[in-house]
Amino acid sequence: MTVTVKWRTWLLYLGVAAVVAYCLAPFYWMLVSSLRRTSDIFDTSLFPSSVSFENYRAVFSPSQGFGRALLNSLIVSGITTMLALLLATFTAYAMARLEFRFKRLILTLIIATSMFPVVSIVVPLLKLFTDIGWINTYQAMIVPSMSFVLPLAVWNLTTFFKQMPDELEEAAMIDGCTRGQAFRKIIIPIAAPGIFTTAIIAFIAAWNEFLIALSMTNKQSIQTAPVAISKFTGATQFDIPFGSQMAAGVLVTVPLVIMVLIFQRRIVAGLTAGAAK
Amino acid sequence: MVDTKIPPGTAAGGPTGTAGGRAGEPTAPVQGSRRAWATAASGRTAALLVSPTLLVLTVVVLYPTIMAFKESLYGTKGLDPKTGFISDTEPFVGLQNYTDIFGQAGDRFWNAFWNTSFFTVVTVGLETLIGVAMALIMHKAFSGRALVRASILIPWAVPTAISGLLWRWIFNSDGIANALIGHQVLWTTEGFHAKIAVVIAEVWKTSPFIGLLVLAGLQVIPKEVYEAARIDGAGPLAQFWRITLPLVKPALLVAVLFRCLDALRMFDLPYLLIGAQKNSVETLSMLAQNEASNVRFGPAAAYAVLLFLYVFLVALGFVRLLGADLIGDVGGPRRPKGRTRLRRTSAPSSAEVSA
Repeated sequence: MTVTVKWRTWLLYLGVAAVVAYCLAPFYWMLVSSLRRTSDIFDTSLFPSSVSFENYRAVFSPSQGFGRALLNSLIVSGITTMLALLLATFTAYAMARLEFRFKRLILTLIIATSMFPVVSIVVPLLKLFTDIGWINTYQAMIVPSMSFVLPLAVWNLTTFFKQMPDELEEAAMIDGCTRGQAFRKIIIPIAAPGIFTTAIIAFIAAWNEFLIALSMTNKQSIQTAPVAISKFTGATQFDIPFGSQMAAGVLVTVPLVIMVLIFQRRIVAGLTAGAAK
Repeated sequence: MVDTKIPPGTAAGGPTGTAGGRAGEPTAPVQGSRRAWATAASGRTAALLVSPTLLVLTVVVLYPTIMAFKESLYGTKGLDPKTGFISDTEPFVGLQNYTDIFGQAGDRFWNAFWNTSFFTVVTVGLETLIGVAMALIMHKAFSGRALVRASILIPWAVPTAISGLLWRWIFNSDGIANALIGHQVLWTTEGFHAKIAVVIAEVWKTSPFIGLLVLAGLQVIPKEVYEAARIDGAGPLAQFWRITLPLVKPALLVAVLFRCLDALRMFDLPYLLIGAQKNSVETLSMLAQNEASNVRFGPAAAYAVLLFLYVFLVALGFVRLLGADLIGDVGGPRRPKGRTRLRRTSAPSSAEVSA
């Protein structure tokens, strides 16, 4: 009996190790490759023979325009997140707290739009934006991004608002608050963690967007980071600059990874919202 | 369930009480009509709160969809047969862009269609298996749980575009993948191996997501159920098939639906891992995007509309097949207004059970 129990424990540890290795190995490879010198980029050793920041310097060489791309990414996903949160907070509150006709239909429709193939929106909008001269502008990326960030935010916030006890608001309203005051003074402060988590999830979704940013821009100065990295040029036309792409990949991913590590509990709660009920 | 059913009566009645008082409303004549007033008021508030979102979604989703449909009825700018110049306007061609898929030009569409379907079925299938296995391990593991949870979020946080580049590096002819298998495979060239490369990269990135959703489902299964099963003599395998799987099914189905719809619109990964206009991996999204970027808006819009219909049909199929399991408590109390009011007065406890 004890032998099998021991075996089980070992098997479990093995499983845990396998899961961790599965998730981290490719990411680790990106990190290791980014730290190699250009001369030994094709090495397959687990550790770089000599750590070099050559690739990181190459990323920030002016010809790649990476700093600008990071700024563009920050502007586009920041504005998208803020707009989406602003609208979603009110909508989610209504969804969680008020009774009205067609509520379920409306919420289903809103969530359904997030499953919409982005390309179906991009194709007509590309034509429209070409006609009105919006190509290579921030709004040409922000507007289509709302199509999937906004439903995501509404869905997440609705779940968060629903988890809060009604009694708090009722108590406030009995004490003389209007519904609006109860919302501002009671709900928003208590829901702040939920709103914050939603902001992170929405921001990551917007930050990772590629198809819209690729289609709506053709100038380097307006590209977002993922598009810019995919268009990095090497020494020659046929030379793919893997080293600097990996370095830039690390730079784009590490802020997200740090955020994810700090807020992992909340993010897991946000991601699984509604699935486990 | 998180929200209980008794509040709606009070919640809806509460604000109206104050609002009515402020408006100088005379005493409410009958209890019933006052309730109706309450619902109307909260309906107005709701309309005010919900309409901005609906407006934005109308502009960014509904309007483009209608535009795409209209656009799909037009051809590409070409030589005007009368004047011999390139015409400024796109000719109206009716349903020709749609009927074209059954002709010569259809080959590329059907190839993309099968690629999309192949990727969806294979990746979602593998992700489900791996995701469930991950969830079971995470659920059982007590030590190292924080580490597992942190690491499982990393594939999810890596942007798909970056993961496409990362896997292109891994699958490079001199890359680590070939070094590991000790074989020279040109993964990123045309051929079935390109499909495999895309599947591996996609499964890596998304199975942790299924794992997380399933884990959330596992955590709400009461321990007593397993204890009872063990007392009844059920082995681990029987417990998995008879208890775990049925109880985790709703969470799993939601995850699978989300993943299916997401896989159907796959773009970033094959585009960056293998490249544009590669027959082996071209998906419908890539095809439509490619046509649009070559200013062939008509066919592009037709492909986009067809993809939209495909996604819609798959979603509809899921909802039909699984029904209540899927959109279980999305909207909370979901009865029509009239009936809710009835239930509220008559049997609040039964409403509580149903929610």
